Amino acid sequence: MIYLDNSATTKPYPEVLDTYKTVAEEYFANPSSLHKLGGRAEALLNKCRAQAARLLNVKEQEIIFTSGGTEGNNTAIKGVAFGYRQRGKHMITTKVEHPASRAAFEQLEALGYDVTYLDVDREGRISVDDVKRALRDDTILVSVIHVNNELGTIQPVEEIGNLLKERPKTLFHVDHVQGFTKVPLDFYEAGIDLCTISGHKIHGPRGTGILFIREGVQLSPLLAGGGQEHGLRSGTENLPAIAAFVRAMRMTMERARTGIAALDKLSKRIRQALEELPGVTVNTPKQGAAPHILNATVHGLRAEVFIHALEEEGIYISTKSACSSKESEASAVLLACGIPEEAARQAVRISLSFENTPEEIERFLQTFARKLSELKNAME
Amino acid sequence: MRYDQLVLSFGEIALKGKNRQMFSDLLFHRVRERLRDLPNVKVRMPYDHIEIDLNGANGDEVAERLRHVFGVQSIRAAIETNLDLQEMQAGALKVLLGEQANRPIRTFKISTKRKNKKYPTPSNELNHLIGAHVLRNTEGIKVDVHHPDLEIKVEVLENRARISGRTYEAAGGLPVGSAGKVLLLLSGGIDSPVAGYQLMRRGATVEAIHFHSPPYTSDRARQKVIDLAEKLHFYGGDVKLHIVPFTEAQLAIRDSLPESYRMTIMRRMMLRIAERVAEQRGALALATGESLGQVASQTLESMNTINEVTNLPVLRPLIAMDKVDIMTIAKEIDTYDISIRPYEDCCTLFLPRAPKTKPNREHANRFEKNLPIDALVQAAVDGIETIDIGRHEDSMDALL
Repeated sequence: MIYLDNSATTKPYPEVLDTYKTVAEEYFANPSSLHKLGGRAEALLNKCRAQAARLLNVKEQEIIFTSGGTEGNNTAIKGVAFGYRQRGKHMITTKVEHPASRAAFEQLEALGYDVTYLDVDREGRISVDDVKRALRDDTILVSVIHVNNELGTIQPVEEIGNLLKERPKTLFHVDHVQGFTKVPLDFYEAGIDLCTISGHKIHGPRGTGILFIREGVQLSPLLAGGGQEHGLRSGTENLPAIAAFVRAMRMTMERARTGIAALDKLSKRIRQALEELPGVTVNTPKQGAAPHILNATVHGLRAEVFIHALEEEGIYISTKSACSSKESEASAVLLACGIPEEAARQAVRISLSFENTPEEIERFLQTFARKLSELKNAME
Repeated sequence: MRYDQLVLSFGEIALKGKNRQMFSDLLFHRVRERLRDLPNVKVRMPYDHIEIDLNGANGDEVAERLRHVFGVQSIRAAIETNLDLQEMQAGALKVLLGEQANRPIRTFKISTKRKNKKYPTPSNELNHLIGAHVLRNTEGIKVDVHHPDLEIKVEVLENRARISGRTYEAAGGLPVGSAGKVLLLLSGGIDSPVAGYQLMRRGATVEAIHFHSPPYTSDRARQKVIDLAEKLHFYGGDVKLHIVPFTEAQLAIRDSLPESYRMTIMRRMMLRIAERVAEQRGALALATGESLGQVASQTLESMNTINEVTNLPVLRPLIAMDKVDIMTIAKEIDTYDISIRPYEDCCTLFLPRAPKTKPNREHANRFEKNLPIDALVQAAVDGIETIDIGRHEDSMDALL
């Protein structure tokens, strides 16, 4: 099997599953229980938070564990909307957000909030000037996806953060789900107030994530209840998953030290090979894109057909994002970049992880070329 | 931009006379210890500073680790060039542009030092030549020799030049292990970890003693102290934590003494036990986080009465500090959030609402006649559990 759909989800590391099992068996007590077992569970939870904070280079109290990217984005966006509604009701985001952000904004619009959706250029990138122009006195939030999940395009979050540093009343949320471990981001330096990451994109278990909330930001919690996670996310902590996730964080970040350069090589190789193929256009920009996502249009072939043809050979790639690939419309992200509808429908996404090897990529490329010519011949 | 090197300057060690070698060797050892897991990073110690070759490691991350090694006064990140003027000019420009990517820089100055006196161009002239090159290749940047946003230091060495830009403030003090051993009474509150930190900063090796009274104090209170000791371990190497079973002594005090003297006698018991542990462990002094007048046990009368039971020096590094200042340090050293976890420790058990603020020795001695002191001290010492914070393998760590 050659798995190249890592932006949809990744395969958990065996060590991560070991941790899950051990914690579920031995630390099953509720961390809020007063007895010794509860105390041990709480101590482990504290350790998880400390390790996560250390890895992210932030403070322990700035981390809440969530169920993943969707919850992180919703908590950040709605939490600011509700928590700061006295301050203003205007928010700025982009036309290329993940549905977990876009749909949250649409809900807020229905509640009377005013949302500006910034246009992107041909490469899927917003301009800092556009952000500047869209800012108003009542703008309470700017929310931007760091690495686009379909194209891999990196948004200029550091520059936006710098711009917003002079506007303490406008908070800055970054959806870092795709970028985390692949495209380094220093939350403090980039002036980020809220940042969402997800566990299952980095070989952790499903249902885990972190929302970074900078000290001093007052969110209105989405989940009210027993006051867990500093009162911002009630519900008995999912300790086995949290511990497994934090382990995956450590392992993946260790791999990233040499892995990012290796990924970069692999994606350059894929790009070069695909560009040589007749009727294939690479949509992911050459510069300013993450090293693990490559989006390409295979002209004249429905993406779905091509995906299934590759899967017969044990190779797994995807069409647009998994979160919207079941809808039959063309990708909203590609359309927003001005890619024609036909070409958008024929786009496939290849997404790598630190686990992929050069040998796998060569085999994938050979198979890709062979299947492409077979399918084209069959159609003629 | 990547720096090649870090240069660590000594603080007070540089002022030492004959003992200097002992201090600097110890510091060298501490620095190496902190970098043990980075095999590519090389550490050298010429006479009056430590040089670290990063060999590709991230300078910010390495500096962050070394900032907290006591004895290091400041850290500079540097690149190396050969002695060719053009190379040095290009190096200085590179440093400036690299720093500019990081923070706004409007003014700079070049400070050249020729350690290699044979180098033909005088330092002042080098300043001008290198500064002019930087000015020619940048826009909107000026020279300010008094208060520059960035000072670029150029050191002309035997056969290379070292050009440094970024600096990091470090903890200062003296290397841990240079001042002998202290036994710290670690309560779980805000003050005692700060006291431990201050003593470590003066070179003391700190062991900690904690009084635990199950079931009145919980496992969480115990864990809190372990977590605090772990923070101290980060700053000061291996820390041994001695956990004393104190329930029996506290119950005896509750049952046989007048309420108003319970706190005073409890403290005297603690010091007696601590003194025994100090003797066993070779500690030459006890230490507490007391600050004059902060609570009833910390009035001069209380300290006078409590201190009577030991001959060891009781070091009180926070004695003249305000609570807010202590809290500020606790936050800086990252112990504050642990200290404020809301678990009761033994100090607040069975205490009167109004403990005596002006006890005296005479009364204390008289009341203690009702107490089997030696037996209680012996039982407590015998029941001590010692945790080697630096070494103990936590089963939880293996999971993460």
